[in-house]
Amino acid sequence: MAIFEDTLKQANIDGDYRPVVDLIPYAKLIGLDFDRFGQDVIFKLPDNPDNIGNPILPAVHGGVVGGFMEMAAVIHLVMMMDTPAMPKIVDFSLDYLRAAKGGRDTFAECQVVRQGSRVANVVINAWQTRREESVAIARAHFLLAP
Amino acid sequence: MHEENPYLDRAARFISLLKHTQVLGMKISDASADSLTIELPYNISHVGNPTTGVIHGGVLTTLMDTACGTMVINALPEIELCPTLDLRVDYVRAAEPNESIFALAQAYRVSRNVVFTRCTVHQGDVDKPVANCVATFMRIGSHLTPTSMKDVLLGKAGI
Repeated sequence: MAIFEDTLKQANIDGDYRPVVDLIPYAKLIGLDFDRFGQDVIFKLPDNPDNIGNPILPAVHGGVVGGFMEMAAVIHLVMMMDTPAMPKIVDFSLDYLRAAKGGRDTFAECQVVRQGSRVANVVINAWQTRREESVAIARAHFLLAP
Repeated sequence: MHEENPYLDRAARFISLLKHTQVLGMKISDASADSLTIELPYNISHVGNPTTGVIHGGVLTTLMDTACGTMVINALPEIELCPTLDLRVDYVRAAEPNESIFALAQAYRVSRNVVFTRCTVHQGDVDKPVANCVATFMRIGSHLTPTSMKDVLLGKAGI
């Protein structure tokens, strides 16, 4: 499937990563979206009944919040690195601080703490109302070289 | 259906309550007082890397969070809703595309306030794990758990 690599290469040239995200099935499944503000990127997980875990609360499934944050970190790295390959996740540490309420959008922002030649360390903050009121914070390592 | 195994019944009712686990297609394949296994068949919509067809780590995160959380339900004497405090995952090898993945969870310590769990994701051979995780859950107490949820999990009410 060279289509994906070609799309990634093209995105590295023209800076438009939407076609890349459109080709990732899991991003589509949870409904991941993003907006770029210069060098800043804010990721969005729109409210979606299919992402609900416990319907009695109701709350977004904690795993979906984690998956959204992982996917945000991958795309953030792809945008910042100009690499022709997808980074591979090595480990992920996730602290849940508040329930992500159903009926609301969830947002995430990533920070590359350290990028070496082979490994990157990324922290991710997710929130719903204000970024200071995190619903979850996470830290992940990615292998960059294929 | 499985009247002889209350753990399987309770676990199956719990995951059928969680909308997103149904969207992904999870099913309980084994449950006892000590352990729990959830199976997730391969599905193209779970893919994170279109080049390799490997499923996204987020799918594994959701699977492990669900397996550990369901194990918590089975490890406690009464039905208690326990939010996840944290989840730490090592992705040790890529999952083989087109094959089911299995999450085997255990609660290795139940304290007054916190339940400590661990989980291994594999594809048939538990000694060749795809991912390992530990997760902790906060006990909020049975009295704070919604009655409607208790009734569903005990089989007294439909979903």
